[in-house]
Amino acid sequence: MSYSEKTRAAYQEVLQGLKDAGLFKQERFIHSSQAADIEVEFPAGASVRKVINMCANNYLGLSSHPAVVQAAHEGMDARGYGMSSVRFICGTQDIHRDLERKVTEFLGTEDTILFPSCMDANAGVFEAVLAKDDVMISDRLVHASLIDGIRLCGAMQDTYKHADMAHLEQKLEMHQDRRFRMVITDGVFSMDGDTAPLDKMAALCDKYDAMILVDDSHATGFIGRTGRGTHEKYGVVGRMDIITTTFGKALGGATGGCVSGRRELVEMCRQKARPYLFSNSIAPVVVQGILKVFDILMASTERRDKLEKNAAYWRKGLQEAGFVLKEGDTPIVPVMLFNAKLAQDFSRALYEEGIYAVGFFFPVVPQGQARIRTQISAGHEIHHLDKALEAFRKVGKTFDILGRTKQEIIERFGM
Amino acid sequence: MSDELKDIVLKYVIDEYLEDDSEPITYDTPLISGGIVDSFSMVSLKRFLENKYKISIPDDQATPEAFDSVDKIAVLVKKFTKA
Repeated sequence: MSYSEKTRAAYQEVLQGLKDAGLFKQERFIHSSQAADIEVEFPAGASVRKVINMCANNYLGLSSHPAVVQAAHEGMDARGYGMSSVRFICGTQDIHRDLERKVTEFLGTEDTILFPSCMDANAGVFEAVLAKDDVMISDRLVHASLIDGIRLCGAMQDTYKHADMAHLEQKLEMHQDRRFRMVITDGVFSMDGDTAPLDKMAALCDKYDAMILVDDSHATGFIGRTGRGTHEKYGVVGRMDIITTTFGKALGGATGGCVSGRRELVEMCRQKARPYLFSNSIAPVVVQGILKVFDILMASTERRDKLEKNAAYWRKGLQEAGFVLKEGDTPIVPVMLFNAKLAQDFSRALYEEGIYAVGFFFPVVPQGQARIRTQISAGHEIHHLDKALEAFRKVGKTFDILGRTKQEIIERFGM
Repeated sequence: MSDELKDIVLKYVIDEYLEDDSEPITYDTPLISGGIVDSFSMVSLKRFLENKYKISIPDDQATPEAFDSVDKIAVLVKKFTKA
């Protein structure tokens, strides 16, 4: 081994550069289970305080649901703690098969394969099903995990302007000479909270003989009338060739993801997807927890209905207070502040008021589009939302941005 | 180098990559290193040039550096038009 002072100094310089640029990420330590009310140590070493969580992907409030926790306990008793194997050697239990069948039924697809995470599903799916004669045409705002998966695949890469159907059509027309075309999008875009028009996209894919892949990680469980996802919202259940999604957000929030879709494409993943072939099975305790989540969701739409009401209440409250919001009708409600430092200062001031909501800025979002991304949960009660609204109003007034337009905020704080 | 070629490329880049509220660009604006064109999106630019000028740009020459400004793209196009 050799880790010289010179090598150490080089890395220290890079890290210092991130700090100087205000891009250094720091973890906040939560001393409780994930919920609307959490106990947080921030910054490290500070005394723990109770705050309301407004930035979790815990959309359905199931991360610490007693029935899910109980199912996980029972799963551990019945099937043990870990598998110590990848799926195809000796890492597949009956409950893995049960979960794949359950996901297939829930999403209305033909078959499903589990992955250790949706990051892994997205990293592995393209290389498994496409080759160099094909083309991948992706929305320019797709999630980083899709971008990584696209990079790992030898097929031609192209993009279209965010949700721009005319541009997508041009690209589909241009690439008619390729063997296969695959259009790639998020269902709900995680930074903006808007949705991909899957009905129009499905029609274009039919017209130009293209497959469609949608990452529905910020939708499965609550978007659409019965929570099946963005394809249900747009009335195209059964027409998505591949849906990738996660169990790490609304569906209990532990770990795991999947590729669900056409039987042959799923089978190609089972034969060829490297994160499936070379990474461990999802632990039995987690599988049993997820199975319980699906039981809850398939028995009643109560939780997604409550989430929808909460999100509408929250969006209306912020609008009435005079904030600039990104348009949308999902539980992701970005409060636009445009300036990176303002977003950080605003987040810190909210924390002082007992509200945990994080600022996002370049490179996570485009330059000059810094924001506080708020995420609503069925675990929130109206009193949580009212308290958070009061804090947002107070902090907004302090920074004098209430009722200000985008231009006015930029003039005052810069891009 | 003819400005007509540069103007055609500039118009394509504006239509293809810029949003309505983007800052204006010129012949020497860094496209890829400046974050205007990502490496995925280069393929449509390459295909546009090849179809428009009836040329073939080998993949090993279609580098992010060679596509980094309208000026540089014009040099590349001219090189293969002559060949």
